Amino acid sequence: MGGLADGTAAELIQASYFVTAFLFIVGLKRMSSPVTARSGIVWAGAGMLLAILATFRYPGMTNYPLILGAIAIGAAIAWVSGKRVAMTDMPQMIALFNGMGGGAAAAIAAVELYRGESHGYAVTALAVVGGIIGAISFSGSLIAFAKLQGLIHGSLRFPGQQLLNVLVLAAAVGIGAAVVLGTDASAAAVTAFFLLALVLGVTMTLPIGGADMPVVISLYNALTGLAVGFEGFALDNPLMIIAGMVVGAAGTLLTQLMAKAMNRSLGNVLFSGFGDTGGAPTGEVTGSLKPIEASDVGVMLAFAQKVIVVPGYGMAVAQAQHKIWELCQVLIDRGVMVRFAIHPVAGRMPGHMNVLLAEAGVPYDLIADLDEINAEFETADVALIIGANDVVNPVARTDKSSPIYGMPILNADKAKNVIVIKRGRGAGFSGIENALFYLDQTRMLYGDAQKAAAELIQAVKAVG
Amino acid sequence: MMGIIWLYIFMLAAFTGYEVISRVPVILHTPLMSGSNFVHGVVLVGAMAALGAAQTPLEKAIGFAGVLLAAGNAVGGYVVTERMLEMFKASRRPGREAR
Repeated sequence: MGGLADGTAAELIQASYFVTAFLFIVGLKRMSSPVTARSGIVWAGAGMLLAILATFRYPGMTNYPLILGAIAIGAAIAWVSGKRVAMTDMPQMIALFNGMGGGAAAAIAAVELYRGESHGYAVTALAVVGGIIGAISFSGSLIAFAKLQGLIHGSLRFPGQQLLNVLVLAAAVGIGAAVVLGTDASAAAVTAFFLLALVLGVTMTLPIGGADMPVVISLYNALTGLAVGFEGFALDNPLMIIAGMVVGAAGTLLTQLMAKAMNRSLGNVLFSGFGDTGGAPTGEVTGSLKPIEASDVGVMLAFAQKVIVVPGYGMAVAQAQHKIWELCQVLIDRGVMVRFAIHPVAGRMPGHMNVLLAEAGVPYDLIADLDEINAEFETADVALIIGANDVVNPVARTDKSSPIYGMPILNADKAKNVIVIKRGRGAGFSGIENALFYLDQTRMLYGDAQKAAAELIQAVKAVG
Repeated sequence: MMGIIWLYIFMLAAFTGYEVISRVPVILHTPLMSGSNFVHGVVLVGAMAALGAAQTPLEKAIGFAGVLLAAGNAVGGYVVTERMLEMFKASRRPGREAR
């Protein structure tokens, strides 16, 4: 854990790191507004490049061919997969890249611990803590990736699972403590320590259901940040401390925001499955589902003053966002006011639906989130629900026995007319009947979202 | 003395991260998570330092894996964040829908 000695090269590196830390913070700040977001990542990227170039001047550094080779391979793989990934698959890609960062933090700790030079309890302890967090984030993120990618199906749960996790954690912490105190800092102990941490990441993540995965990915993102920060302490590297801590704190906040939007507490996500506490949904719905033809919907839309589109993940799965935007452009040209209402969990993670709509070319100023749009439903002539279900279910407001009770929803039921484009009659992800579908002003347009949108475009154009 | 200064840095950096994110609109949550994912890719400089000081074959092997993973984190994080943010555009003709 050499750290930076005095000397011109060291001062140059420190100065570069200082500038990089500044660029990172400015970049993140710019990324938090849609107007400046694009330039934010460029600022942060410039900082990263500066820091990497400066690090090549590290005093006493050897193994240059290995370093360059590793960077080339890692960068090439990530570049290609990052360029090719579909926007719908973005959450698992982020999980994968995040896991790589966690693995790197764990690797730094491993190199230092296997070397076994004594640097004092505090430094070794920080390396160990960063190592365990990084290793958990690494294996956990890989499981999250595999689940969202469909490589692992279902959620593995068995009695005593939590107890097993606690035992594995306790064993890892125990061995880690022995390594820190020097009672057993052998290579075997270090190996066992990392293996246990990797196993813990797997067993923690396996029982968590797919719908909760965004929260978990966000949590691991924050954890990787922390791990990087701790390894920064161990390496005497202020840039890693600052960047790691900023991400750790920001990621924690982001995780809380996501969990809140999904009406789940972090503890619930990590320690129980969805619906485990709610029991069987008992909400009675009265009335019937009333189907409608696309031509009738076309007339309704063409003569509406204001239409609010509520897209859900079903729309993205059907790849219908381009057709829907085409439909909206036809309506806008007729003078209809069109807005998109996005529930925080409309995609696979908060903001994911915005990315998918942006990909289709929808300008962000037509997109409104829950707080902005909910008051507007009362003045809307048509609420067009596409592939969304639980996020517009009014029982979340009224039925205390429902598992989604208390979840903030989009008030689509307040609109004068509600059109639901839906593939079939099945219930939503949570298995709960949607009372919205049975309301007097609601009509069901059955069919594939993309095909339905194409029919609606024709129908609106036919109105003339 | 340095130890306590590190702690101050740690605390201030945490507040900075919290503040920078706290006013972000929901529409940017996914790109921002991806962006912060990119920022912790700075672990690459630490991995480079670790591999640069590695001596035994074991240390070199782990260091190599660390640099490879870190480079993937940094480059991949940048590419996907840039791709997502590039798509965020305002209406080309403002007020068009109010016509």
